[in-house]
Amino acid sequence: MAQESEVASIPAADFGFAQGHEEEAEREYANYSYVREIFNRFMDNKGAFVSLVMIVLIIVLAIVAPMLSPYKFDEVNSTRSNLPPRVPGLEQVGLFDGTKDGVNVYAEKGISEEYHYFGTDSLGRDIWVRVWYGTRISLLISLIAVVIDIFIGVVYGLISGYFGGRVDIVMQRITEILSSIPQLVIVTILLVALGPGLGNIVIALAITGWIDMSRIVRAQMLKLKNMEFVLAARTLGASWREIIFKEVMPNCLAQIIVTFMFSIPNAIFFEAFLAFVGLGVPAPISSLGTMINDGYKSAMVYPYMVVGPVVVLGLLMLGFNLFADGLRDAIEPNQS
Amino acid sequence: MGRYIAKRLAVAALTVFIILFVLFMLLNFMPGSPFNNEEKMTPEQIATLKAAYGLDKPVIERFFIYVGNMLRGDFGVSYNIQNNMPIATMVGSRLKVTLGLGLEAGILGAIVGNLLGILAALKRHTPVDTVATVIAVLGVSLPNFVFALLLSYFFGYRLKLFPLTFNPADPIRSSVLPVIALSMFTLASMERYTRSELVSIMDSDYMMLAESKGLPRRKLIMRHALRNALISLITVLAPLLVNLMSGSIVIEKIFSIPGLGTLYITAIQSNDYNVVLATSFIYSVMFVIAMLLVDLAYGLIDPRVRLAGQKG
Repeated sequence: MAQESEVASIPAADFGFAQGHEEEAEREYANYSYVREIFNRFMDNKGAFVSLVMIVLIIVLAIVAPMLSPYKFDEVNSTRSNLPPRVPGLEQVGLFDGTKDGVNVYAEKGISEEYHYFGTDSLGRDIWVRVWYGTRISLLISLIAVVIDIFIGVVYGLISGYFGGRVDIVMQRITEILSSIPQLVIVTILLVALGPGLGNIVIALAITGWIDMSRIVRAQMLKLKNMEFVLAARTLGASWREIIFKEVMPNCLAQIIVTFMFSIPNAIFFEAFLAFVGLGVPAPISSLGTMINDGYKSAMVYPYMVVGPVVVLGLLMLGFNLFADGLRDAIEPNQS
Repeated sequence: MGRYIAKRLAVAALTVFIILFVLFMLLNFMPGSPFNNEEKMTPEQIATLKAAYGLDKPVIERFFIYVGNMLRGDFGVSYNIQNNMPIATMVGSRLKVTLGLGLEAGILGAIVGNLLGILAALKRHTPVDTVATVIAVLGVSLPNFVFALLLSYFFGYRLKLFPLTFNPADPIRSSVLPVIALSMFTLASMERYTRSELVSIMDSDYMMLAESKGLPRRKLIMRHALRNALISLITVLAPLLVNLMSGSIVIEKIFSIPGLGTLYITAIQSNDYNVVLATSFIYSVMFVIAMLLVDLAYGLIDPRVRLAGQKG
């Protein structure tokens, strides 16, 4: 055959042992724990890292800024109303120098030693302090609401998924009906019925926000409950409580944390939305939402009144969204 | 398919009924009085007023009277906003405005978002892709009112290209900014989704096969990649519709558009019980219908959905 003779004609010197891969196999890789691996992947993601810095910075400012400023968030001072922003240092460069239409309002009022970084509102309250105080309130509302959500959602989802059968059918019909009412309608109606207030906003957000969480956890439970480790636990005589909360729940932690992070910007948005509808936290407390709602009417004349809260709210939502994205990609690298 | 549709319709109708019941009961606990100067009125006057509006009957009876009237197109009358004005007339024209706004924003967002997504996927890892990704991240993360305020400040106030608030005499020019602001979320999520779908399809085995068979690139993308990418877009429709609804309320307020959203806000702030009930119910019905359509579209495209539905 022609082919055989062709093969025979190739000189034996052209052949050698392929050894490249053996060295590869012997290379030692660093051994990382699961959490460490997620952390490394998260930090490698530029957007995620920036978001982490952003969130930390905003939280630190929200805690520290109102304490360091000489002004109070509810300090009304009619002689200092509608002052434009003025920042020491930057004013030399011509930015934030407290001028409006070329006139230095601070000098005009004889208060050139005062600095309002974001200016003041129509009642003379310092916007810088109010923004960071409002950030505290917005963060507080959303964090508490989301923590309650997580609690209800996780327990509901785990129980519904674990017991299955009739329990599951009834529990799933309930969530189906609840989720078919738009969240914005039920939140506003609840607040209308309960009356506006910090606690009531938290309650309204918590009552409506847990459904997504319960679905995700239930799906996870359905996936895990037939696995060997659950069977092993059951064989060893573990009660259903132990199986649900000690065996399965720790295995859902990654999904729970990712959903938690995605729920926070959603809650922050809803707080702002409620303020827009007129159901925000009552004065004199400020939240980012109520400040935007108060400031947007005069946004064309005094844009700085709304720029501060809008920028902080935007950065906060952007930060949490990017953070959640990065975390999800770090936990499930093949999904993205 | 017929059975699937019938079943979904029945579930939707039941859901609407339950929603109405829940809303009715919740609003029954609403604080404050529906009448303007109740503290100045004598108990007899209040009783007469309550009897006139049918508020003296038990809650459950009132609920069924309300449902009966509603089926005949009567949503009751407004107490505070416009005295004794039938709500059906108040809502009618506003609903058209809101639906129009949502539809325009949805279509604009879908078209631009898809084009951007396709562009980003085809020009992967180029500056075009980066710009599209940045737009998508901002659009998904930032609330609508941020865009609304930015647009109205720069294009409305500074450049004076478009009116700052809705002008009924010039509806087209005055709806440009609201529609753009409202479409941002749709645009961004469409971009994200189309890009990631297209990218995964372009790397798939069947695309490699089609390519190795020598199909021209145009045909490859139009026939094989895009079609498959667009089919699965239905999965993002539900959150988009929700966002368009909540977004439209805020956008309508910022631009003072005479739509359902502004009526909703006014009703809440003036304790107008009937109007709050009617508007929240209309929003819920729109939501249920939208979800029903999404579900039916799912069933049409993916036979597994309707088969699973038949078994249960």
